[in-house]
Parts: sequence; C-alpha cells; structure tokens
Amino acid sequence: MSAVFEYPTSALEIARAVRAGEVRAREVVEAALERIASFDGALHCFLTVTADAALAAADAVDAVVAAGGDPGPLAGVPLALKDNLCTRGVPTTAGSRILEGWVPPYDATVVKVVAAAGAVAVGKTNLDEFAMGSSTENSAYGVTHNPWDPNRVPGGSSGGSAASVAAGLVPLALGSDTGGSVRQPASLCGVVGVKPTYGLVSRYGLIAFASSLDQIGPFAATVADAAALLDVIAGHDPADSTSLEVGLEPVSRQLEAGVAGLRVGVISDFLVDASPSCVAAVRAAAEVLSRAGAVVEEVAIPALMLGLSAYYLVAPAEASSNLARYDGVRYGLRVDGPDAAQMNARSRSKGFGPEVKRRIMLGTYVLSAGYYDAYYGQAQRVRTLVARGFGEAYEHFDVLIGPTSPTVAFEIGAKTQDPLAMYLSDLYTIPTNLAGHPAVSVPFSLSEGLPVGVQVLAPTLGEGPMFRAAAVIEHGADPGARGPIEPRLAGAVR
Amino acid sequence: MTENGSAARGWETVVGLEVHCELSTVTKLFCSCPNAFGSEPNTNVCPVCLGLPGSLPVLNARAVEFAMRIGTALGSSVEASVFHRKNYFYPDMPKDYQISQYDAPINVGGHIELADGTLVGIVRAHIEEDTGKTTHVGGGGRIHDADYSLVDYNRAGVPLVEIVSAPDIRSAEQARSYVTELRAILVATGTSDGRMEEGSLRVDANISVRRAGDAEYGTRSEVKNLNSLRSLGRAVDYEAARQIGILEAGGTVAQETRHWNEEEGRTSSLRSKEEAYDYRYFTEPDLVPLVPSAEEVAAVAAALGPLPAARRHRLAELVAADGAPAPVDQLATVVGLGLDDLVAAAAGAGADARLALARASNEAANRPDEARALDPAAFAELVKLEAAGKLSATQSKSVLAAMLEDGGEPAQIATRLGFEALDPAELEAAVDAAIAAHPAEWDRYRQGDAKVAQFLLGAVMRSTRGRANGKAVAALLEARRN
Ligand SMILES: [Zn+2]
Repeated sequence: MSAVFEYPTSALEIARAVRAGEVRAREVVEAALERIASFDGALHCFLTVTADAALAAADAVDAVVAAGGDPGPLAGVPLALKDNLCTRGVPTTAGSRILEGWVPPYDATVVKVVAAAGAVAVGKTNLDEFAMGSSTENSAYGVTHNPWDPNRVPGGSSGGSAASVAAGLVPLALGSDTGGSVRQPASLCGVVGVKPTYGLVSRYGLIAFASSLDQIGPFAATVADAAALLDVIAGHDPADSTSLEVGLEPVSRQLEAGVAGLRVGVISDFLVDASPSCVAAVRAAAEVLSRAGAVVEEVAIPALMLGLSAYYLVAPAEASSNLARYDGVRYGLRVDGPDAAQMNARSRSKGFGPEVKRRIMLGTYVLSAGYYDAYYGQAQRVRTLVARGFGEAYEHFDVLIGPTSPTVAFEIGAKTQDPLAMYLSDLYTIPTNLAGHPAVSVPFSLSEGLPVGVQVLAPTLGEGPMFRAAAVIEHGADPGARGPIEPRLAGAVR
Repeated sequence: MTENGSAARGWETVVGLEVHCELSTVTKLFCSCPNAFGSEPNTNVCPVCLGLPGSLPVLNARAVEFAMRIGTALGSSVEASVFHRKNYFYPDMPKDYQISQYDAPINVGGHIELADGTLVGIVRAHIEEDTGKTTHVGGGGRIHDADYSLVDYNRAGVPLVEIVSAPDIRSAEQARSYVTELRAILVATGTSDGRMEEGSLRVDANISVRRAGDAEYGTRSEVKNLNSLRSLGRAVDYEAARQIGILEAGGTVAQETRHWNEEEGRTSSLRSKEEAYDYRYFTEPDLVPLVPSAEEVAAVAAALGPLPAARRHRLAELVAADGAPAPVDQLATVVGLGLDDLVAAAAGAGADARLALARASNEAANRPDEARALDPAAFAELVKLEAAGKLSATQSKSVLAAMLEDGGEPAQIATRLGFEALDPAELEAAVDAAIAAHPAEWDRYRQGDAKVAQFLLGAVMRSTRGRANGKAVAALLEARRN
C-alpha cells in the first residue's frame, strides 16, 4: 500500500486514487480482505468471501488503468453484496438452509452493473432468511454483531452489509429494502442506507421476498459515496418489467445544491412512540435544515400509521407465492418422501426457518378463498390510503423527515421471542415501500454510544431533493456517530 | 347410450369447452428460450423458465399479438388486461405458480360459427404460460403409484391462449365440430399449428345434462385428458350417459374433475369439488398491466385475412350457383387446408365450381402443401377437361396426381399418360367387345340386374386402360340394352 493511502477510506477517494494511478486496485482489495480477515471472525458480516475472484477483478481494473482506459467511476472500490443477490458461480443462500450450496448460473443485473463500473465484489453478506426480519437473527447461518456493540444486533434484514460498511471492511455494500431492510440496519450501524424509488434499480437476480415492495439499495459511510453507488445502479433494465424507463438525473451532482427554500415536513406521527433519543435526533436535524435555509414544518399523515398492518398482509401474501418454488424438485434442499407432495412438505419443513414459515402461513391464509377480500383486498385499499396520505403531504413539501427506527440497536435475543415487537422496528420505514417512494437514512447522533439515524423521505423519483437534504443533515451531524469505526469486539460472545 | 337415445328420453347434453392452444411463437412467453417441440429434454431452458431464484418474466410481445389475433378472429373485445398468479404445487410448474389471467383477460366475449351454421359463444380467451411435462415411471404411470417421475421443462413457459366457450354445445358431434372450427381459425390466423397429437391443442370439457326445456343447467363434471377429437366425442357421449344413468336412478351428479381413459372408454373421478385447489389468485407483481392501444388493436384486425367461416360462405356461394347446396364436409376440408383460393380461381376461370371443390377436397387434400402451390390456371384447365368428358374421373385424378408431383399442363400430362379421350367409334367398339366377351353378364344386365353394370364398366376400363369415360360407357350400355 502506498504510504499516503490508508484503508478504510471513502469509495470516492479510492476510485479517484485508483483512476489516477496513485494506488492499485489490487492493493485496495488486499487491504479490504485483510480487514475482513481481522474482524469478520468476530462480526460475521460475510457468509462467503470471494478473495480470489476479487483479486482477479482488481487486477483487471489495474490493467485497464495501466492501458490508459476508463476503469469506471467505482474503480477498485471493494463492495459487499447481500446474499440474496445472485452471483454466477458463487453460492447464494438468501440466509436459508433451503438454498444451502445452491450456486446461481447467472449474475443479478446490479452485480454486472457494479462490476462494469469498476467496483470489486469481495463477498456475500449475512441477512435474515429471505430478507424476513429486522435483526439478521433469522439467518440460518448465525447472527451478525453490531460493530458498535457486539452484544447488539446490526438491524436487518441487510445486517451483514450494514455492519461490513460500519466496520470499515468495505466502503460500499448493496442490500435490499422491502420494509426498511436497508434503512433500519443503516440507522442501527451508523451508516447511510438508501431505498430508491421502486423500479429505479433492476430487481433481476434479487431473490424475491415481496416483489411489489423489494428494491435494491446502497450502503455507504457517506452520503456522497451512497450517491455515487446509486448513480451507478439506477437505470432501466429490460429484464425487469417493473423497471422504470425514465432516467434519474445523477444525484452525485446535486449534493452541493443545498436546501435553501426546500420545503421540509417533519412527520409528527413518527415522533409519538419513537424513543426520546430518536425524536431528539429528528428535531435537531430539522433545525440543521432550517438553519441551512429550508422551510421546515410539522405535518401529520395519520394514514402512514396504518402501513405496518397492511404490510404484514401484502408482504407475506407475495412471499407465500414467491417462496413456493423451493419445493425440493429442481435445486436446493430435498428431503425425500413417498410422493411429490410429501417431498415438498418435508423439504420445506426442514429448509425454512420459523419466521419464514410464519410468513408463508400468514400469506397463504390471507390469499385463501373467503378471506381474500377481508385481508389482502383490504390491505391493498390501505396501501392506496398510505400513498394518498403521502401524495397530499407532497403537495406541500418537497421532502419529509422522521426517525428511521423507533430505537437504537437492541440486544441480540431481545426480540426473538416476540415477533410483533420485532415487526415494530419497521414502523417508520414500511410506508415508503408501500408507496414505492425513495428514502434514505443518514447517521446523525449518538445515544449512549450507539448511532441514531434520521430518515429523509421523498416522492417518486425525488432522489435529487432527498439527497440534497441528506447531505445537509450529514454536514450538521455528529461526525462520531458514523462509520467506519474500529469494531468493538470485547465480549463478543454468543 | 347414443345421443339420439338420450334425446329420445327427453335429455339434453350441455357442453362447454376449455381449449388450451400453444402459440407458435419463436420464443417462450416470458423468456427468449426456443418454443420448440421434440427437443432433447431440458435443453430449451433458462433461469426464467426454470423459475430460478431471482429471475423475472418479460412478456413476449409477439405472443400478445397472437392472442389479439385470436381474439379478433373470435369476435372478442380486445381489452386492457392484467396477469395473475395461479398458485398450486406441482413438480412440472417451476415456480409452483402459473402466470395466467384471471378477472381481466385480454379477450372478452365473441363466438365461433360451426360448419353447420351453429353459433357457439366465447366467454374469454386469455394468455397464460404452459407447464413442463412429467413422465411417471413405474406403477400405473400415474403420479400416485409411480416409482419415480421425470420432468422436462422445455414446455414450461410456452405461450398458451385458453379459449373458454359458453355452454352452448349440445352434442358430441358439435363438440368435435367446435374444436375443428377453432383449430381452423387458429391455423388461418397463423397463431398455432393446431396439432392435437403434439399437444398444441388440449381440450377440457365441462359436461352436464338436463331435461330438455329446463332453463337451469345440471351439475357439471370437468373431463380432462382429451387428446383427440375421437376422445372428445366419446367422452361427451360417455359422460352424458353416465350422468343420465345416475339421474334416472334417482341419484345426484357430483361436481368433480374426471379423467378420460381412452383404452377403457370411460371417465373416472380425479378430485371432488371439496378437494379442488384453492388457487389463491393475486395480481402478478413482476408484470405490469397489458394495455393495447386502439392503434394496435386496429392494426391486428386490419392484418387479419378472411376467416374460415367467411371463406366457406364464399365458396358455398360459388358452388351453389348451380342450384344444389354445397357439400358441407368438402367446404370444411378445402377451407381448412387453405385450398379455397384454388377452387375459387378455377371457378373464376370458367371451370365447374362443384367439380373443382370435389377434386380439391379429395385428391388435392391428400397433398395440401403441393396443392397450395398448384398453378390455378392449370387446375382450372384440368377441371374443364373432365367436365367436358375429355377425361374420365379416373383419368382426371391420375393427371391431378401427376400435377401435384411435378406440376405441368393437364392436357400434356394426359397425352403423356395416353389419356387422349377415345373417339366415339373406339368407345362403341370397346363396349361392344365387352358385351360379346361376357354374354352371361350381359343377359343379366338386360334383365335389370343393375349390379352387373359395374362389372361391364370394369371390363371396358380394363380394355381401354382407363381411357373410357365412365358416364359415356354407362350411357352406351343403356342404349344397347334397349
Ligand atoms: Zn427460458
């Protein structure tokens, strides 16, 4: 490693240095692998580390630089992939026993896109099984520890990706956000997490949880790094029929635009039950925006509070169908039985964990004849109400802010016996998914040594104003509240 | 029991058909795998049609156009539609749900006019994907008792249009006629090869019976595994008789799904209403609503050629110009094979339309590809030669066979085959020679035994090597008798 270059550092700094020939991508990737080797035994962010492939990819970037070519905007930047993104030739488990050992024959579109931009995937990160959970404790492959306190969860379901960035193992990671699975762990780990507008990023190759809600999003230590990654992964993909054809003006170029005159609504409904430190962070962030020239007001959007119950009908319904294919016939775990139906049942009984089974049963129930209207139909109507509530608010505001999570990171095991308490972790993130809107969580302050994130929400394709507000909030935030940090490993047991 | 027997006892059979038609697109419905029959198992597959985790469907625009063509041909209203998931577990369904259309299908309403003029209503014709194909090995070859099963996913994701008829069909004959007509429409619109034996066309029949004159329908059974027109007809007759037997014995018909066994010639229960799947339909979130523009609908309609019923009407008018009705079977055959333009062209060139239809529906129909390539002027000339008595029917058929084989002018072919018509003196000599050679038969003929006429005709044909005109020989024999 060059004497002037230290790892970890920001993705943009790495890309600049690699492109300028000041450091080789191989050196950067070696540093990332070294840091993973040092810390990941205790943190368990990664399920698979693809060291050889990463070094080969880094060499390819270096070769392009040496030949005077363009190695891409993320040249040489180590990146972690949530293990529900399909990677050709690399095991992809979705955190489930049922996919143990499955090796996809193809790459997800985002995986190809980030590679084409010069980023170097170093491995696959831990998650709640099929992205169902808010703590990464539902993984079939063990818990991930929060780098800020090893006895606490990193949040979920993209906990491995969030923790890997927080611990400085990688500057960038990709997760997926169905009800808050990028933003909530970002908040709990002190990093930036983005849920883009539905359809902005291709879902092709993302192992589906709830197709109408799933969206892939970036993790980074800084707003600028997150913007750079979003600019790379945003774009139309003909392989995803729900992919938007309209483009997004790159958000990276809008970060310096400030918030003068921006109309910001503080969602008062989100301040009622959130913990005092989370409420305080939102109020302080509002003050930061106001001082920077934004017009800040409180706004009540009561419909948003209906989101959680609608979500826990819509998402399991879609999941019950999306997860039907894990039947033991074609791939993944098979437990033989006397006939096909028994083989299906035994494979699924053994292969799925309790939370996944709970949601499959719930989803199957709400779609059944005789119950459809009362549950699924009603949930769709509520979904419309949530979207309408947002729509009315966005007639008066450009962006909204609120807490990302009701609490800071909780202790491992604290909520595993109480699914409803766990579900409430996503109370403030779910409405965004129901409406298909974008939102970002920005680390803002510390509460008893743990990071607190503030969420900025925007209407469809409102990523520009959203990132402008995020950049200002970041500027006014406690710099000690965000990663990368040196992971705290003492007492990391369980 | 035959249909007539049951009708005589006051029963009416009511049939509605659900026909699954495989579209003959180049690629599958949601991926770019080849849509091909007969490939090595599991070679036309990809992550999408295997339902691999993370894969997503992309709708084949050509399949949508084909579905619109079918709907337009059926007189359906082509509407904005939505895809749904039909959820049930089966090993040959890669995703364990089928992407189909449910409460908003692309084609709504319409009708089919059978060859006999009956109108059968169409409820809907929607797009869905096909499943793979399971082979059960060992046991009785059914899923329940097989030792193991093999699945071929080449067919998974092949585009289908399911055409659902109203319960307007009243007999096995009409059921067969409906499928025949539908098949002709599918072939004419270029949307399917219509091959039942390859499974391109698969039929489920909803069958019930009721007392003639009743307004209410009886309880129906849905019969599956009808792989041919013969199976369909037999199953309708069998099932109607079975239901009538139950009702006449004072029983009630169960609403259930039944399996047709071709070897045993009977249906057996597959599953009852209580065991029916709950498909848990919901909107397919991986696809967006399908909204064809008015321009697209109009373009499909404009590009659609005349349909079988209209073409039969045109041909029937040409043929019936001589005063007698046109033979319905010949019209259906000729239109079904796309030979109606040939007949019409012959008639337009002054040939006898009825004779042209007869030749096209028999000799030409045996080799439809070659027949469609025939020079219409040459075909017209052939029909004229036969009508003028210059070629016998037998000779005309031989010349047509030669034309289908190698093309060419009928007069030249006739000469080459030695078919120049016998002059009247030669013909009379041949007839007289036959009479002289068979005095006993001639006696019987003179005493009124009409059957001997065929024998004497045969003798003349042999001696003239088929050059004699049969009608002329018959006339001469008749003249000699008097
Ligand atoms: Zn395919």
